[in-house]
Amino acid sequence: MEWETVIGLEIHTQLATKTKIFSGAPTEYGAEPNTQACAVDLGLPGVLPVLNKEAVSMAAKFGLAIGAKVASRSVFARKNYFYPDLPKGYQISQYELPIVEKGSIEIELEDGSTKTIGVTRAHLEEDAGKSLHEDFHGMTGIDLNRAGTPLLEIVSEPDMRSAKEAVAYMKKMHSLVRYLGISDGNMQEGSFRCDANVSVRPKGQKEFGTRAELKNINSFRFVERAINFEVERQIDLIESGGKVMQETRLYDANKHETRSMRSKEEAMDYRYFPDPDLLPVEVHAEDIERIRKTLPELPDEKKHRFAKDYGLSTYDASVLTASREIADYYESVVKQTGDAKLSANWVMGDLSAMLNRDNKDIADSPVSADMLGGMLKRMQDNTISGKIAKEVFEAMWNGEGAADAIIDKKGLKQITDTSAIEAEIDKVIAENPGQVEQYKAGKDKLIGFFVGQVMKAMGGKANPGQLNELLKKKLS
Amino acid sequence: MALNSDEVRKIAHLARLAINDADIPEYARNLSNILGLVEQMSAINTQGVAPMAHPLDVSQRLREDQVSESNQREHFQQIAPQVEAGLYLVPKVIE
Repeated sequence: MEWETVIGLEIHTQLATKTKIFSGAPTEYGAEPNTQACAVDLGLPGVLPVLNKEAVSMAAKFGLAIGAKVASRSVFARKNYFYPDLPKGYQISQYELPIVEKGSIEIELEDGSTKTIGVTRAHLEEDAGKSLHEDFHGMTGIDLNRAGTPLLEIVSEPDMRSAKEAVAYMKKMHSLVRYLGISDGNMQEGSFRCDANVSVRPKGQKEFGTRAELKNINSFRFVERAINFEVERQIDLIESGGKVMQETRLYDANKHETRSMRSKEEAMDYRYFPDPDLLPVEVHAEDIERIRKTLPELPDEKKHRFAKDYGLSTYDASVLTASREIADYYESVVKQTGDAKLSANWVMGDLSAMLNRDNKDIADSPVSADMLGGMLKRMQDNTISGKIAKEVFEAMWNGEGAADAIIDKKGLKQITDTSAIEAEIDKVIAENPGQVEQYKAGKDKLIGFFVGQVMKAMGGKANPGQLNELLKKKLS
Repeated sequence: MALNSDEVRKIAHLARLAINDADIPEYARNLSNILGLVEQMSAINTQGVAPMAHPLDVSQRLREDQVSESNQREHFQQIAPQVEAGLYLVPKVIE
C-alpha cells in the first residue's frame, strides 16, 4: 500500500530578551548554576510575576511577519505539572487565547516549487530549569537559571508531508526568527528546538492516522532522521497488523531510534486555568503599528529583491538570503564590485567552502566583506587572474592581510606585458615540437597543455585571456 | 454532578496532597457541592457575554526589559535541604 506521511511541528524558540519573562533576572547563557534565578523564578511564596514588555513586542513582531493576527487581548494560563525544574508546580503559558493566531509561511521544496505551511498559533510561555542526573549520589541536581526564560511556542498546522518538508519549514522558521532579531536561534544552547507530531495514512484517505509526538529534537539533521525513523516504524507496525498508539516518544540520536515516553493514558492532566496573578494582556492598534515599523526586510522579500535587482537565479537568491548576515555580507561585496554574479560566485563558492571547512559562521569570517570586495576589484582591473585570486583569498583567510598587501608582498601581480608572455610561449613551443605537430594536425585539446606549460613557467601570473589569444596566434 | 471516591483520590494525587481514606466521603460531598454551584451558574444564559479571564477590569501592566535582580544564590540556598556545586539537589527524577 502507498502511505502518506502527515507532520505538524511545535517549535520552541527562546526570545532574545535581557531578562526573564516574569522577573528581572538576567537570561545570559552559561552562567554559574542558579546565579540567575531570583525569588520569582524559584517560585518562593508571595512572589508575583510581572510581564516583560519586550517579550510581548517580540511575539507581536513574529505574528506580523507571518501575516497572522496579533490578538488585541491574550490571556496567560497555568499548566500544572509537578517537576522540580519548575518549582511553582506549574508553567505559565497561554492556552485558550494565545497572542498570535493563524498565520503562514512559505517553504521551498527540492524541485524549486513552493508550499504554504499554516501556523495555527504562537504563544508566550516560560521555559523550565535544567535537571542534571549524573554524579549526585543518586540525586538530581537542579539549575534554575533557565527557569522563566521567555519562549515563543510556534505550532504549525499538520501541513507537511515528508521529513524534508519538515526540515525546510524548521529552517525557514529559524531564519525568520533570526531575521526578526527575536531569537539567537542557537540550537546547541537549546534556543531553538522542536517537537514533531507524526502520523501516516493510506494515500487518498481523508482522516488523519493516530499520531505520535516526538520530543527532544534539537538539530535539522535529527528532525529529518527522527521523522523518517518514526514513519517507517508506524508503517511497519500497521502492515504487520498492529496499531499506532497515541503517545509521546523520545528521539535518541545516539541509538537512532524513537522510544515510548508515555502513552495517552499516562498523558499529563495539565488542568489549565487562567493565571489569577496575571491580567489579560492588551496589544493596541497603535502598538501594532509601532512594531510593524520595526520589521526588517523579511527573507522572502529579500530573496525576491535579490533575484530581481541582481539578476540571480532563485536558488542563488535563496542561498544568499538564508540568513541576514550572509545577505548583508553579499550586498556589501556587490556594492564594491558592482558585479552581482562575480560577488555571488565568491560568496557562495570559496567563502562558503572555507566557512564550512573551518566550521565558522559568516559573522566570524576572517575575510570581511570589505576584504573580499577589495580583492575582487583587483580581479576586475586585471591586476590578478581568477586563479591567483584563490591564492590571495586563502592568504587573507590565514590572516596575512588585505588583498593589495598580499599581491605586493608575494609578487602576484598579473603579467599583461605581451612581449613577456610571448617570450615564454616561444620557449614552450620550442621545447615541445611533438605536441605542436599534433596540435597542428587537429588535436585542438592540446591548447590546454600549452596554456598549462606557460602558466607554470610564469608562476600562474600570466593574464589568461591574453595568453590564450597569443598562443592561438602563434600556433596557427 | 457528584464525585466518587476514585475521582477525589485522583484530584488529590494531581495536587500532590496526602489524604486519609476516612476523609474521602466528606471531601467528595464538599467538592460535589462546589460543582453543584457551578452547574447552577451554568444554567444562566450568557449568550453575548464575553468570557472573563480575571475579575478586575484592567489589563496587564508591562515591565521594561531591564535587569533588576542580582545574584542571591547563597541567600536562597540557605533554606534548601541539600545543595551541591551550586545546584539544588532533589530526589532522583527521570522520565
